[in-house]
Amino acid sequence: MFEMFGISSQALFGQLLIGLINGSFYALLSLGLAVIFGMLNIINFSHGAQYMMGAFAAYLILQYSGLGYWPALIIAPILVGITGVIVERLFLQWLYKLDHLYGLLLTFGLALIFEGVARNYFGSAGLPYTVPESLQGGRNLGFMFLPNYRAWVIGGSLVVCFGTWFVIERTRLGAYLRAATENPTLVRAFGINVPRMITLTYGFGVALAAFAGVMAAPIYNVSPQMGSELIIVVFAVVVIGGMGSILGAIITGFGLGVIEGLTKYFFPEASNTVIFVIMAIVLLVRPAGLFGRRA
Amino acid sequence: MERVADPLAVGKPSALRTQSETIGFLIMVAALVIGPFVTYPLFLMQAMCFALFACAFNLLIGYVGLLSFGHALYFGWASYLSAYAAKAWGLTPELAILTGTVTAAVCGLVAGSLAIRRQGIYFAMITLALAQMMYFFALQAKFTGGEDGIQAVPRGHLFGLIDLRNDMVMYVVVLVIFLAGFGFIHRIIHSPFGEVLKAIRENESRAISLGYKTDRYKLVAFVLSATLAGVAGATKAIVLQLASLTDVNWPMSGEVVLMTLVGGLGTIFGPVVGAFVILVMQFKLAPIGEWVLVIQGVIFVTCVLLFRRGVVGEIANKLRIRL
Amino acid sequence: MRKTLGLAALAAVLACGGASAQQVNVKIGVLSDMSSLYADIGGPGSVAAAKMAIADFTKDHPDVKVELISGDHQNKPDIGSQIANQWYDVDKVDLIIDVPNSGVALAVSQVANQKNKVFIVSGAAASDITGPKCNANTIHWTYDTWMLANGTGTAIVKTAGDSWFFLTADYAFGHALERDTMAAVEKAGGKVLGKVRHPLNTNDFSSFLLQAQSSKAKVIGLANAGGDTINSIKQAAEFGIVKGGQSLAGLLVFASDVAALGLPTAQGLVLTETWYWDMNDTNRAWTKRWQQERQGKWPTMIHAGVYAGITHYLKAAVALKGNLSDGKAVVAQMKSMPTDDPLFGKGTIRPDGRKVHPAYLLEVKKPADSKYPGDFYNIRATIPADEAFRPLKEGNCPLVSG
Repeated sequence: MFEMFGISSQALFGQLLIGLINGSFYALLSLGLAVIFGMLNIINFSHGAQYMMGAFAAYLILQYSGLGYWPALIIAPILVGITGVIVERLFLQWLYKLDHLYGLLLTFGLALIFEGVARNYFGSAGLPYTVPESLQGGRNLGFMFLPNYRAWVIGGSLVVCFGTWFVIERTRLGAYLRAATENPTLVRAFGINVPRMITLTYGFGVALAAFAGVMAAPIYNVSPQMGSELIIVVFAVVVIGGMGSILGAIITGFGLGVIEGLTKYFFPEASNTVIFVIMAIVLLVRPAGLFGRRA
Repeated sequence: MERVADPLAVGKPSALRTQSETIGFLIMVAALVIGPFVTYPLFLMQAMCFALFACAFNLLIGYVGLLSFGHALYFGWASYLSAYAAKAWGLTPELAILTGTVTAAVCGLVAGSLAIRRQGIYFAMITLALAQMMYFFALQAKFTGGEDGIQAVPRGHLFGLIDLRNDMVMYVVVLVIFLAGFGFIHRIIHSPFGEVLKAIRENESRAISLGYKTDRYKLVAFVLSATLAGVAGATKAIVLQLASLTDVNWPMSGEVVLMTLVGGLGTIFGPVVGAFVILVMQFKLAPIGEWVLVIQGVIFVTCVLLFRRGVVGEIANKLRIRL
Repeated sequence: MRKTLGLAALAAVLACGGASAQQVNVKIGVLSDMSSLYADIGGPGSVAAAKMAIADFTKDHPDVKVELISGDHQNKPDIGSQIANQWYDVDKVDLIIDVPNSGVALAVSQVANQKNKVFIVSGAAASDITGPKCNANTIHWTYDTWMLANGTGTAIVKTAGDSWFFLTADYAFGHALERDTMAAVEKAGGKVLGKVRHPLNTNDFSSFLLQAQSSKAKVIGLANAGGDTINSIKQAAEFGIVKGGQSLAGLLVFASDVAALGLPTAQGLVLTETWYWDMNDTNRAWTKRWQQERQGKWPTMIHAGVYAGITHYLKAAVALKGNLSDGKAVVAQMKSMPTDDPLFGKGTIRPDGRKVHPAYLLEVKKPADSKYPGDFYNIRATIPADEAFRPLKEGNCPLVSG
C-alpha cells in the first residue's frame, strides 16, 4: 500500500520495530525517573549513570562469578539498587528541605563521579558483553530480520513497565506510596514509616535503571558514557509525558521511540532532534505535559 | 523552604558593605592587569571568557532564581557564528563577536519564551533539553564542521586596524570586553529592574500581586543572560581560533553551573573566582586525565551538601559584606 | 718537546671537538587518545613506542638528550589545539607526534604552522593533511585515506564486490575515507548505491545497518575506525548481514580491532596496512620489546609510525646540530634525508609532507588457520611505495608547485 507513496514498507516497518526497541529503553528509564520524582520530588540526574552501572555490574558479575545474563538480570539491579539506597541515606535525605534545584545538582555531581570512576578503571572504549546463547539468532519476519534478543527487549520491558504501573496504581503498597507523596505527615500519623518508603522507592527507581542497563549490555556498547548520552533524551521524554505520571512515562517512552524510528526513515538528519522538537511543541500547547498533573 | 542562598540573608551587613564591592573590583582589575606578565596570557584570556560566561549564568540563578541547565547553547552557538563570520565571511573581529552575540540573543529569546512557561526543575530540564536539541543540530549542520569544528579562525584586525595575532594585544581587547560585560551585569543588578528580579526570586506571587508582569521580567533577564553568555562565547572563538562541539554540549552547561556554585551563587565576584578555580584545576590535573571528572563531581556534591554559599559567599558571610 | 706539546695540544683540541659534539636537547610530546575510541590503536601504545625510539637512538648518540611528555586530546579538536598551544609555547616542546583523529590533527597542524614547530602525524588518516591543508611544518607518516581506499577499495571491486553502500563516521576522517573510496570504487568500475553518516562514537548501529541491508549493495563499506568499526561489525553479525549475502569492507581495521573482535567474527575481512607485527623477524623482535610495556596488546602500524617518525626526527636534529627553533627548517631537513629505520625500511618524505613506503593487502585468517596468538593475517599482496599513495600532482597541496 505504501508503494504508491514511493516508500518501501519493508524498510519502514523495520525502522518502526527498531523504534519500539529504543522506546523500551526510553520507557524503562523514564518510568524510573517518574517513580523517583513522584515520591521524592527530586530529578535523579544520576539515572543515566545508574543505568550504566547496571550494564557494568552485569559485565563484572560475568567476569568474577561466571554468572551470565539471566542471573545478572536479577542480581545487578539489586546490587545497584542497594547503592541507590546508600546514596539516599547519605546524601539525598538532607536535601528534602531545600530548593529542588539542589537535588538536581547533587545527583548531577554523583553522575560525574560514577562516570569518572568507571572511565578511570575501564577506559572509554567499551567492554564486550555477548547476547546470551538462548537468545541468539533471529527470525526473518519478511520485512526485516529481527534478532531474537531485540524481541526479548521489547517483551521484557513491557512486562516490567506494566508490572510497576500495576503495583503503584492498583495495589495497597502503591496506594501508600501515592498517599505519602500527597501528604507525608498524615500518612506517618497512620503509623507508616514514610522515610523508609522513600528510601526504598529511590532504591527501586535506581534498580529499574540498572535493569535497563543489563538489557542494554549485549546490544549497546558497554561504556562509561552510555548513560549520559541517553539521559537527556529521557528527560525530554519525561517532560513530554508529564512528570509524576507513571502511565504517561511508559506510553510516552514507547511512543517517542516509535516516532524517532519513523524519523530515521523519512528524515534521518533530524532523528536526533525530533524528540526535543516535540517537547518544544508540547510545552507550547500543554505545559504540564501530555499526561501530567498541574505542577 | 530554603531558597538559593543570598549572602545577605544572614546577619546584619557591616559598614564595609558599600565599599566592599568597589574594593573587590579594584583587586580583580589589578590581578587581571598584572596577570599576563606572570602567567600564560592565552590561559588568562580563556579564563576571562569563562568568567563572563559564569557571570551571565549567575544573573539568572543568583538574582532571579532560575537554574538554566542549558546555557552552553548560547555560549556555543555564539562561538560558532562568530567563528564562521570571521572565517567564511571575513568580518573583522568586533563584527564577528557582534554576530555571535546577536545569535545568542535570538536563541535566548526563543528558548526563554518556551522555558519561562514552567518553574523550578521543569525550567531547568527544559533548558537542558533545548540545549541538547541545538547540540544535535550543530552536529548535523554543515557550517559548524561537525566533529571537527570550525578551525583556523583568523584573529583578524580589530576595526580593520589593530592586528590581533599578538597575544598581548588580544589580551587587552578581551580584558576590555570582560570588564564591560561585568560592569553591565553590575548595573543590571543594582538597578530598579534588578530589584524587581530579586523580588521575583524571593516571592513571585507577591511580586505579581504588586502588579509586576513577572513573566516579562523573567524573559528579559533570560535574554540578557543569554546575550552576555554569547559575548563570552563569541570572544572565545576569536581568542582560541576554534569553535567546536564541546562548546554546545551539556557538560559545558554543567561546568558553568559548577563554576558558579563553587564561586558563590548570587554574589557578583563568585562566578569569576569559580571560573578561575575550576580552570586552574583542570589545567593542573590534565595529566591525570579522567580523575578531573570525578573531582568535579566530588566538588559538586560537597558544595551542595556543605558549602552552598561558595568561596566568595562564605567570605562575604564571614565578613558580613556584600560581594 | 715543543712538537710533542703541539701535537698533544692538537690532539686535545681534536678530542674535545669530537667529544663535545653539540649537545642536542629535544623535547617531544606524544599527543593521542589515551582513554577513548582510539586508545588501543594509538594511546599508551604510542607512548611505549616513543620511549623505545628514544632509548634506541640515544644508545647510539649519547650526546642527545630527549625529554618525553604525553597528553590526551580526548578526540576533541579544541582540547588538542589547547594542549598543542601550551606545549609549543609554555613547555618548549619541539615535536608533537601521533594524534589519531583527523579533526584534531588538522587543528594541531595549524598550531604547528603558526608556532613554527614540527608535527608528525602517525595516527590520523585524512589525506587532506598532505592535500589542500598541507603546510611546511607537518609530516604525515604511516598511512592515509587515499592509500586505504585504493588498496582495499580497488581490491574488493576486482573480486566482484561492485556495488557499495557506505556507513561513514561523520567527521573529517570519515568523509575523506568515504570520498577517496568512492573515487577508487568508481574508477575500478563499481557503483555506489548509497551512504549514511553516523556520529562519532555511536553505540547503536541498528537503524544504519538496516538501511544498508535494504540497499541490497554487495559490499557495505565501513568508513569509520576503532570502536565504531568494532560495533558495526558486531551488530552486523547480530542482524545476519553477512549470512544474508552482503560482505563488509572494513576500510580501516587494525590488529587491535581484530583482537577485540576475535577471528570467528573478523575472518575474511580484507584490509590494507603499512606494517604488521608478524611480517619479519625485526618486527617480531620489536613487538616483543613493545609488549613488555603493553602486555596482552598488539602493536599497530600507528605505533610503528611513532617509532619511525621519532627516529627520523632525531636524525635530522643531530644533522642540524640541535638547532630546532625553526620548525620549517627541521622539516625541510627531514624531507631532504632519505629515511631508514628498522620497521619501515628505506623510504622518502615528499615535498607535500607525505612519507611513502609500501602497503600490504591483508586478509584476516580463519580461526583454523591461526597458529598462535596474534596470528591474524594472510598477506595477499604488496603494493609498492610509488603506487600506494596518491600521486604528488593530484593532491592540490599549495607547497607543490605546478
